[in-house]
Amino acid sequence: MIDRPAVPTDPAVHVEHLTVVRGRKRAVDDVSFRLAPGTLVGLLGPSGCGKTTLMRSLVGTQVVASGTIELLGEPAGSPALRDSVGYVTQAPSVYGDLTVQENLSYFATILGASRDSVMRVLADVDLLPHVGSMVGRLSGGERARVSLATALLGSPRLLVLDEPTVGLDPLLRRSLWGLFRRLAAAGTTLLVSSHVMDEAERCQRLLLMREGRILSDTTPDGLLSATGGDDFESAFVALLESGLREGSAPSSGEGEVGP
Amino acid sequence: MSWRRTRATAGRVLRQLRHDPRTVALLVAVPAVLMGLLAWILRGRDHEFDTFGPQLLGIFPLIVMFLVTSVATLRERTSGTLERLLTMPMGKAEFVLGYGIAFGSAAIVQALVVSGLCFGPYGMTVRGDAWLVVVVAVLDALLGTALGLSVSALATTEFQAVQFMPAFILPQLLLCGIIVQRSGLPGVLHWVSYLLPMSYAVDATQQLSTHAVTAQFDLDLAVVGAFLVVSLALGATTLRRRTP
Repeated sequence: MIDRPAVPTDPAVHVEHLTVVRGRKRAVDDVSFRLAPGTLVGLLGPSGCGKTTLMRSLVGTQVVASGTIELLGEPAGSPALRDSVGYVTQAPSVYGDLTVQENLSYFATILGASRDSVMRVLADVDLLPHVGSMVGRLSGGERARVSLATALLGSPRLLVLDEPTVGLDPLLRRSLWGLFRRLAAAGTTLLVSSHVMDEAERCQRLLLMREGRILSDTTPDGLLSATGGDDFESAFVALLESGLREGSAPSSGEGEVGP
Repeated sequence: MSWRRTRATAGRVLRQLRHDPRTVALLVAVPAVLMGLLAWILRGRDHEFDTFGPQLLGIFPLIVMFLVTSVATLRERTSGTLERLLTMPMGKAEFVLGYGIAFGSAAIVQALVVSGLCFGPYGMTVRGDAWLVVVVAVLDALLGTALGLSVSALATTEFQAVQFMPAFILPQLLLCGIIVQRSGLPGVLHWVSYLLPMSYAVDATQQLSTHAVTAQFDLDLAVVGAFLVVSLALGATTLRRRTP
């Protein structure tokens, strides 16, 4: 990681004191953070810790109890954001009874994206050989990639990806993380959730969540040196345990960590 | 409101149907066989098929389309595709109209085939224009689609969705004047029947069976059309971009 002084640009994501109540639980509990444009940020934490709820709040599909969320200078869920924020849900949300191409062409039309972008995103996720296959007959990993390709259509400035690499083989995961880095280098901001800790090293910045709170806002190197662990799995466990001992959720605070 | 997105949605729903030929076959075959069965049951009875045939010709497509639409939209909700579309620049009205157009075109094919059979081999005759019976059948099927769209918002599982058919359609069937003439219904039920769209759909076909042209028919058609527009609008308002 190269330390650069924080660039005084408007954050791509600006969350202030966000609280979301689902049922009787505070699924997201007073969360605040900012993401600089063009950053690849990992949102990590055990399942059920509120990652998905936080992501749904960002894309404007979640009813929030309190707090403010601004994406690209607009409040979350505002119509101006609908063609500039790409979102991938955990379960692939594509039509199983259409072919890969039919799915993408439909979503491209809704987004006003060009026909060329369909082929481009299919190449990005390595699905060109399956262009004419029915999505329902694809493997789980292939279906997840159709869903991911849909979010890449058009030219989103912010991508919110909920566990996009679950169920993929190591080679494919590597190639997708490569794609995420290229997108970030080109100026897209990415928030990628995962519960697989070794994916942390591929991110530029890490938000670690537990029980609805941001436990730590750090970098891969920062996480390793702070906990003295050799790998991310044990580093995260160490962090969880120290958080439990202190009975509070430490956070490195408000600072905007650049790429 | 964008025609491009509405048309894309209608095209997408029709493409899904095309990949499911068995459903398409059932959509046409079920009402065709049922009408054939009715013609057979009433064979030899003086003009009874001419009385009941046109009424049921409107009701079968309504029921079929109600079921198909409520399951299809429920599927959009549970698969996450609806949520995804609503994070995109997709208008709620565009979504609902897209469905209306797609299932409406399926309904036109269905109505043409089934009424072709009724007026042909099944030997049904009406005093009014036969093509108006087809118009009523298509309108009823569209009404079924629109009701299915608005009601599916209340269902969270497939089990619930299919039960809305008996809950929303069967009471209308009992009160629409097929079993007992509406004027013969007990006072309160007679008034309730005025609030139900199927009463007007059935009355329209009754008018066609017995008269050439009536003002009552035009009125019935207008009321069914109004119910259609209102339930499509209701269907659009039940789509939520934000959910708890």
